[in-house]
Amino acid sequence: MKKSVFSICGMCTVRCPIRVEVENGVATWIEGNPHILGRSLCGKGSAGLAFHYQEYRPQGPMLRQGLRGGGQWKRVTWDTALDYVADKLGRILDRYGPGSTFLSCRGGPFLDLPKTFLKALGSPNFTNHDAACGRNVHHASLSLYGLGRKDFIYDLKECNHLVLYGRNMLESLKVKEAKDLMEALSRGMRMTYIDVRQTVTGSKASRFWMVRPGSDYALNLGIIHAVIKEGVYDAEFIRKWTTGFDDLANIVQPYTPEWAEEQTGVPAAEIHEFVREIASDRPKVVFHPGWMLARYRDSFYASRSTHILNVLMGSVEVPGGQIIAKGPKDYGKKDLNNLGDGVPKPTEKRADGVGWKYPHFDAGPGLFQLFYPAILTGQPYPIKAYVCYRHDPLTGFPDREAQRAALDRLDLIVALDAKFGETTWYGDVILPLSGYLEKDSPIASQKGKTPRFIVRRQAIEPLYDSKPEWWIFKELAKRMGLDKYFPYESVQELWDFQLKGTGFSIADFEEKGFVDPADKAKLFDRENGLKLKTGSGKIELVSPSLEKAGFPSLDIYREREPLPAGTFRLVFGRHAIHAHGHTQDNPLLHEVFPENNLWINDRVAADLGIAEGDKVEISANGVTAEVKAHITPFIHPEAVFTVHGFGRTVPVLKRAFGVGFADQRMAKGCLERFDPAGGGIAYLECLVTVRKAEEV
Amino acid sequence: MSDYIIFQDVDRCIGCYSCEIHCKANKKLPDGPRLCRIYQFGPKLVDKVPRMAFSFLACFHCEKPWCVSACPSKAMQKRPKDGIVYVEAEKCIGCKLCLYACPWGVPQFIQEDCVAVKCDLCKDRIDQGLQPACVTKCITGCLQFGRRELMPEEQVRRYELLATP
Ligand code: SF4
Ligand code: SF4
Ligand code: SF4
Ligand code: SF4
Repeated sequence: MKKSVFSICGMCTVRCPIRVEVENGVATWIEGNPHILGRSLCGKGSAGLAFHYQEYRPQGPMLRQGLRGGGQWKRVTWDTALDYVADKLGRILDRYGPGSTFLSCRGGPFLDLPKTFLKALGSPNFTNHDAACGRNVHHASLSLYGLGRKDFIYDLKECNHLVLYGRNMLESLKVKEAKDLMEALSRGMRMTYIDVRQTVTGSKASRFWMVRPGSDYALNLGIIHAVIKEGVYDAEFIRKWTTGFDDLANIVQPYTPEWAEEQTGVPAAEIHEFVREIASDRPKVVFHPGWMLARYRDSFYASRSTHILNVLMGSVEVPGGQIIAKGPKDYGKKDLNNLGDGVPKPTEKRADGVGWKYPHFDAGPGLFQLFYPAILTGQPYPIKAYVCYRHDPLTGFPDREAQRAALDRLDLIVALDAKFGETTWYGDVILPLSGYLEKDSPIASQKGKTPRFIVRRQAIEPLYDSKPEWWIFKELAKRMGLDKYFPYESVQELWDFQLKGTGFSIADFEEKGFVDPADKAKLFDRENGLKLKTGSGKIELVSPSLEKAGFPSLDIYREREPLPAGTFRLVFGRHAIHAHGHTQDNPLLHEVFPENNLWINDRVAADLGIAEGDKVEISANGVTAEVKAHITPFIHPEAVFTVHGFGRTVPVLKRAFGVGFADQRMAKGCLERFDPAGGGIAYLECLVTVRKAEEV
Repeated sequence: MSDYIIFQDVDRCIGCYSCEIHCKANKKLPDGPRLCRIYQFGPKLVDKVPRMAFSFLACFHCEKPWCVSACPSKAMQKRPKDGIVYVEAEKCIGCKLCLYACPWGVPQFIQEDCVAVKCDLCKDRIDQGLQPACVTKCITGCLQFGRRELMPEEQVRRYELLATP
């Protein structure tokens, strides 16, 4: 018996649409959804078969015995595990109040269930991984447009010039975007790639600038200066849609390209040449405002100034520029029904201080790292339980020791996961989620040029005693007397609830794996129809809300001291074959990329007596690791680079255990070091030392 | 050469190694054998930009395959209808002579089963009217599959460029 199922990849957070073939109950083939991806898929996507059939993952509910992290688990039934969690959560709630539980996740479109559960408990403390990722970009976007990071689509199809700041689209890749990028490059789109090292993406660029680490903001100030001085901005668009242009011009006054050259190492003449190019390419120019920008203390301003360059180019809501993502409502259609809308809003303020102590941050997911001080101080109220839902902060956030010290103060850590993350392993209870081929998901609504409803459909039976989210949260709620907020008995009933009034039924998803509530893309009218969500309804180059919170709209540039000899900024990134810390134990992916190494600039390496392949010792703040050196001229002398996600400490991960080194462990002290204006962790504001390892 | 070829547009390849995995996942291969490989060249500075190139290599499906002549058990064979060179696992005695015979080290070995394995152009897929796994799922579409005589014009153009001094 052979069947074909449209579903959604779960190997990384991109969640590409896939088509799965199943023979006699066994998945045999995964390809990209032909209707969207023309069957293309990345290697991780194909390795999804190995994930399901070969990787060692939690095989049933487990309760911790012995010490946290000690790895002694007792297999129990679902009833026992759920009763245990419900009972413990209930008692914590009674004793410490509704806000005493927080829940974190990795983000994504399928969050109605966990959010509803937390809200039903009465807790406002939903958070996610984004403070270690895109928060600076998101907040920068909000401060200008009132629209978030995900509210824009970069229209590569017609773009004339794409400018990337370390956005390594071909290695930190989304299948559709990587395809579109290569298509655009073959069409002749120009691409300027700016980074502290050369990547595959940069190797395809028409211009490559190797900048000094942490100087993106200086570069942007220099570019904005030149754009304004040369008068090559879209004056009409700026007059119509922005506030604060004159202030902007004043702020960038001192920052000439010549000044920027001193800060960044990019020759002023090349900046001038670049500005002449974008002047002729605009408005079809996209300055990519960044993805993972939890890097420096001024990453928020680096991103904000990048957004501003788009505004100056007038590349907002034009073909080839950045297009505002539209949901069903923008097309006069009904969006999905959310379970969460049926739950009263929690009355407590957020424990991370977001929304009240920090009024300039988006209260949606708040800031994960600020839950640690709340746990430690009991302020503004005690936090005693943590639901870790598909998230691994011990891999994603810095300073394992500091995190553990805070986690140790909790009475309960519940991990819902399909694999053994570092944090899962540190939990008290593991509720194993089914793998993505083994389960149905709720339907999700995706904004885009046109909106789309997507759904993950079960292709195979679970191999182990695992369950899907819709079942687990429902069962927990039932046990806690919160059943009414989960008004379904089966996933079919959940889908019916979600789709009610949209005119679609789940059967409509069979044909292509998705449905489109509106079929023809439209652009908002640039005369008077841009739907911005700022106070003024305009793009706020000078942001009243930012200034009210005590932050300048554009800060002065704080010059960086030269680094002491032998010290570096440890830059981390991705390789096409791995997704952060999720994939190191996958047999197929491990084979291609088993271990990370450390890129070191060739001249620096010569000074330190380090040759290709030598073992080097890298250390920071008392944490030391050994790793093999890779010597290259194409990394800035102040930086060393590695691929993130290695150095795993979970012993059951046969292949990944103890292999390579974990960059995040070097960033000790960085939990408290975040960009005050953007909220993102400043991972790179911490130096490491590197030397040749002693022979033993 | 077989009647079919896989053509790689090097300019479009992004060195994502996905093809290697697509192939292994499709053939359910254990650790060790990889039937196609991506080789990286560079980065090398060309006109101020460090450039990289990635070359895709599988089996050439030779006109007169050394691997076939070397095989004592007739496990390695050339399919008469289209010239695809493949191993018939049941007949393979694990002598590794094909591994030695191929000038490019193309045949691989499955230790667990003690048999040779190599790219068979996904003949089972071709026979169903599909394309090879690596080609089907290549992210950028830089891999193309087709009959030899329909070799993409682009490739011909490049040969010509190379041939003209
Ligand atoms: S990028 Fe690759 S791993 Fe990520 S969702 Fe898409 S196919 Fe899956
Ligand atoms: S394995 Fe080697 S000798 Fe045999 S057909 Fe392929 S390339 Fe030719
Ligand atoms: S044609 Fe098939 S067997 Fe050959 S390399 Fe591609 S996927 Fe592998
Ligand atoms: S999948 Fe395609 S783009 Fe990726 S390495 Fe293979 S040939 Fe190149």
